[in-house]
Amino acid sequence: MNYTSQKSLTYNPSLTRNIGNKALTIISALFAIISVLPLILVISYVLIKGGSYINFDTLILEPEPPGDDLLSAGGIGPAITGTFIMAAIASIISIPVGVGGGIYLAEYSKSGKFAKFIRFGSNVLAGVPSIIAGVFIYAIIVSTKILFGSMFSGIAGGISLSILMLPTIIKTTDEALKLVPNDMRRAAFGVGASKFTMITNITLPAAFSSISTGVLLALARAAGETAPLIFTALFSRYYITSFDDLFYEMGSLSVLIYNFALEPYEAQNQLAWAASFILVIVLLTLNILSRWIGTLGTFSKNKV
Amino acid sequence: MNKKNIKSTSSVSLDNVSITYGNSVAVKNVFCDIEKNQVTSFIGPSGCGKSTVIRAINRMNDLIEGCKLSGSVIFEGIDIYAEDIDPVEVRRRIGMVFQQPNPFPKSIYENIAFGARVNGYKGNMDQLVEESLIKAAVWDECKDKLNDSGYSLSGGQQQRLCIARTIAIEPDVILMDEPCSALDPLSTLKIEETIHELKKNFTIIIVTHNMQQANRVSDYTAFFNTEKKNKDLGGKIGFLVEFDKTKNMFNSPKQKSTQDYISGKFG
Amino acid sequence: MLLRVDKATTSKFLLRRRPTSEKLVDIGFKNIVVAMASMVAVVLFSIFAVVYYESTESISRYGLRFLFSSAWNPVTDEYGAFTAIYGTLFTSISSLLIAIPLGVGTAIFITENIIPEYIRNIIGIMVELLAAIPSVVLGLWAVFIMEPFIRPFLNIIYKIFGFIPFFSTQPLGAGMMPAILILVVMILPIITSISKDSLKQVPSKLRQAAYGIGASRWTTIFKVIIPAAISGITGGVLLALGRAMGETMAVTMIIGNSNNFSWSIFAPSYTISSMLANQFGEADGSQVSSLMYAALILMILTLLVNVFAQWIVKKLSLKYQ
Repeated sequence: MNYTSQKSLTYNPSLTRNIGNKALTIISALFAIISVLPLILVISYVLIKGGSYINFDTLILEPEPPGDDLLSAGGIGPAITGTFIMAAIASIISIPVGVGGGIYLAEYSKSGKFAKFIRFGSNVLAGVPSIIAGVFIYAIIVSTKILFGSMFSGIAGGISLSILMLPTIIKTTDEALKLVPNDMRRAAFGVGASKFTMITNITLPAAFSSISTGVLLALARAAGETAPLIFTALFSRYYITSFDDLFYEMGSLSVLIYNFALEPYEAQNQLAWAASFILVIVLLTLNILSRWIGTLGTFSKNKV
Repeated sequence: MNKKNIKSTSSVSLDNVSITYGNSVAVKNVFCDIEKNQVTSFIGPSGCGKSTVIRAINRMNDLIEGCKLSGSVIFEGIDIYAEDIDPVEVRRRIGMVFQQPNPFPKSIYENIAFGARVNGYKGNMDQLVEESLIKAAVWDECKDKLNDSGYSLSGGQQQRLCIARTIAIEPDVILMDEPCSALDPLSTLKIEETIHELKKNFTIIIVTHNMQQANRVSDYTAFFNTEKKNKDLGGKIGFLVEFDKTKNMFNSPKQKSTQDYISGKFG
Repeated sequence: MLLRVDKATTSKFLLRRRPTSEKLVDIGFKNIVVAMASMVAVVLFSIFAVVYYESTESISRYGLRFLFSSAWNPVTDEYGAFTAIYGTLFTSISSLLIAIPLGVGTAIFITENIIPEYIRNIIGIMVELLAAIPSVVLGLWAVFIMEPFIRPFLNIIYKIFGFIPFFSTQPLGAGMMPAILILVVMILPIITSISKDSLKQVPSKLRQAAYGIGASRWTTIFKVIIPAAISGITGGVLLALGRAMGETMAVTMIIGNSNNFSWSIFAPSYTISSMLANQFGEADGSQVSSLMYAALILMILTLLVNVFAQWIVKKLSLKYQ
C-alpha cells in the first residue's frame, strides 16, 4: 500500500490535518466577527448618541451658525428637506434615463457592439469616484452659471447625484429584464402585440420588483452621498420657501454632518450626530425595504 | 489490499438506519449487511431513499444541512457515526462516484494526482495515474492528453475519470450513486465492464434506476420502496423491502412488491 | 376562450391592420431608449473631456513633474501632487491588504456549513448593511469614536518601533493609519459580498468530489472551491480597490489633510479625493487647473483598476468553462 496506513477511523485531534482545520475554522469565525463588529459599533453609536440629541426642535429648527450660541445649534430641518429634494431631483432625472437605457440593453440590442460598449461604459461610470461627479458638475453648471445665472444650487446637487444613480439603475433594469423568460415575449408577439406593448405590458411589469430594488438601492446610496454636493449644492441654513430657492445653495444632512463634525463647538457636533441618526435610519429603511421588495417578484434573483 | 484480522465477511452493515431531513423522514429502519468484494446494488422507485442511504455510508450527508441519521452504520466493526469518528478518515476508506460526472477543473493528470496527494500518497505518481486510468478503462482515450482539462473528455469518459480518481486513493469500498444515469448506452456498458474488473479489489455498492443493470453487474440486490406518510401531506418514507442475492431476487422474489417492481408494474 | 376567426369576428378586431400611429409609437419608443442608453456614453465622455480640458493649463505647465513634486503653494503657483498620489495608493493598497483576508475569510465562513444557516444569513445581511452606512457617518464615527480609541495603541507602536520610518511620528489624531482603518470598514462589504456570491456559484458537485476522495474541509476550500471562484473574488477585490482610491468623505475627515510628505503612517497626509474635497471650493486660477489635473490622475487610476477588474473576471471565468 502506498498510503500512510491509517487504520483507525477515530478522529485524532493531534493530527496535523485536524489541528490545521480547526485553526482555520476558528480564524475564519474570528474574521467574520471582526467584519460584523464595525456595523454593530457604528449603528449603536449613531442610534444611542445621535438618538439622544433628537427632539422636536432638532427636527424642525434651522441650524445656527457655529459659535453664535454655545448651548444650542438649532436643528436640522432644512437639511432633511434638502436631502429629500435633491434625492427627488436625482430620481426624476436618473430613473427614466436609467430604466430606458436598461430597456434598450435587454430588449433591443442584446449583444450588439453598441450594447456591449454601453454595458462597459456603465460599469466604468459606476467606478468613477463620486467626488469626480461633483467636480464635473461644478465645471459645467456651477462655474458656467448655465442655469439662469445661478451658481451653487439644489438642482446642480441633484444632477450630480443622478450621475451616481444612473449606472446602478441601468444595470439592474438590464439584469431584471433578462430574467424574464423569453416565452413571455414570444407569447406577447404571438397574440400580435407590438414591441412597445410587449415591453410596457408584459416584460416591464414582470421585472418591476427587481427594478424597484435597484432603484431604491441607488436612491439610498445617493441620499447618503456628500462628496458630489460639497461644491455643487454647497450648504444653506435656511428652509426653501419658493420654487426659485431651488436655484440657490441648498443644505443636506450629509453636508451638515461633514461641516459640523469638524467644528470645534460641542453643540454643532451634537447636531452632526443627530443628523447621522436620521440619515442612517432613512438609509437602512430604504435598504431593508428594497430587500423585501426584491423577494416579491416572480422572476427576482433571490428566487431563481 | 492488505485486509487482515476481520472475521466477518461483511464490509458495511446498516443497523436500523433511519435518516431525516429537518422534520421529514426520508428513509427508515434499514437493516443490511454488505458483503466484502461483492457488488451490491440498491434499486427502487424514485424517492425511496436509496441515494440517501448510499450517501450515508461515507457520511456525504454531513454536507446537507439538517440531515440526521439514527441507528448505526458499521464499517469494519466500527460505527462510523460514533462521536469520535473523523468523517474525512471515513471518506478516505469509502470512496464515492457521483451521479453527474464531476471532474475538478484541472488537468486529467491532476484530477487523479490531487486525490492521491490529499491522501498522502508517497509512491510514483505517474505510475499511479496510469494504473488508475487503466483500471477504470479510460487510459486509451486519454493517455495522449493527460495535461488537457478533465472537461475536455466526453461525459462517459469523465465518469470513468472520476472512477479512476476514486480507485487511485485505494479505498476499501466504492460507492456509486447512479453512475450511468447521465450517460449514453455505450458508455454505460463500458462502466459496467469496469465494475466487473473492480470487484476483485473493492467492495462496490451501486445505486441504479435500471433493473437490468442491477441484474447484470451485482451479486446482491437491495430493493427499496416507499410508503405514504399517514398524516403528512404528500410525503413519502423509504424503506428496505428485500435484500438478497441478485439471482434469487430476480428469479424468485419473496415479496409481492419486489415482484411487481421487477416485472415493471410500477416505478 | 375559443377564438373563431370567421367573417363575423374579424370586424371586431379593429387593430388587425396596424394603424400608423402604433408603428410610430414603436419606432419612437425605440429611439427614445437608444437615446437614453447613449446618455451613459455621453456623460462618461463629457466627464473625461471636461476634466481634461480644465486641467490642460496645469498639464502643459508642469507636465509629468506634477506627479513627482510635493510642492503645493498657491502664492508661488507651484503645484505637485506627489503626496496625494502616494497617499491615495498607499491608503487604498494597505486597506486592501487588511480587508482581503477579513472579507474572503468572512465569505468562506458564511458559505460553508460551519454554523447554522440562519446565523450565517444574519452575518451576511449585517455585512451588506454596513455598505449602506454613508461615508460621512463613518467619518464622523472615526473622528469621535474610533480614532480616540486606537490612539493609545498606535502610541505603543510608536514608542517601540519609532525608529522605523513608517512609525516615526507620534500619533496625534488625524493621520494615515486611521484613514486606512476606516477604508477597511468601507471596502469590507464589497469584498465579502462579491466573494460570497462567487463562492456560492461553485457547483456543489465539485465540493462533493473533493469530500468524496477524503479531502478535509479546508483542503477542499483552498484547493478546489477558491480556485473555482477566483475570478469573482479577484473582480471584487479590484472593485474594492477602485472604491478605496476614490473614497472621499470619511478619508477627508480623518486623514489630516496635509501636503507635507512623510513616510510615517501616523502622520497627517492627503489623498487626491481628500485634496479635492478640501480645496476645490476655495480654489481659483491655476490652483483649480492643478486640482483638475489631480482629478484626472484619480480618474485614470480608477479607470485602469475598473477596466482591469472587468477584463480579469472575463479572462479567469473562461478558464473554467
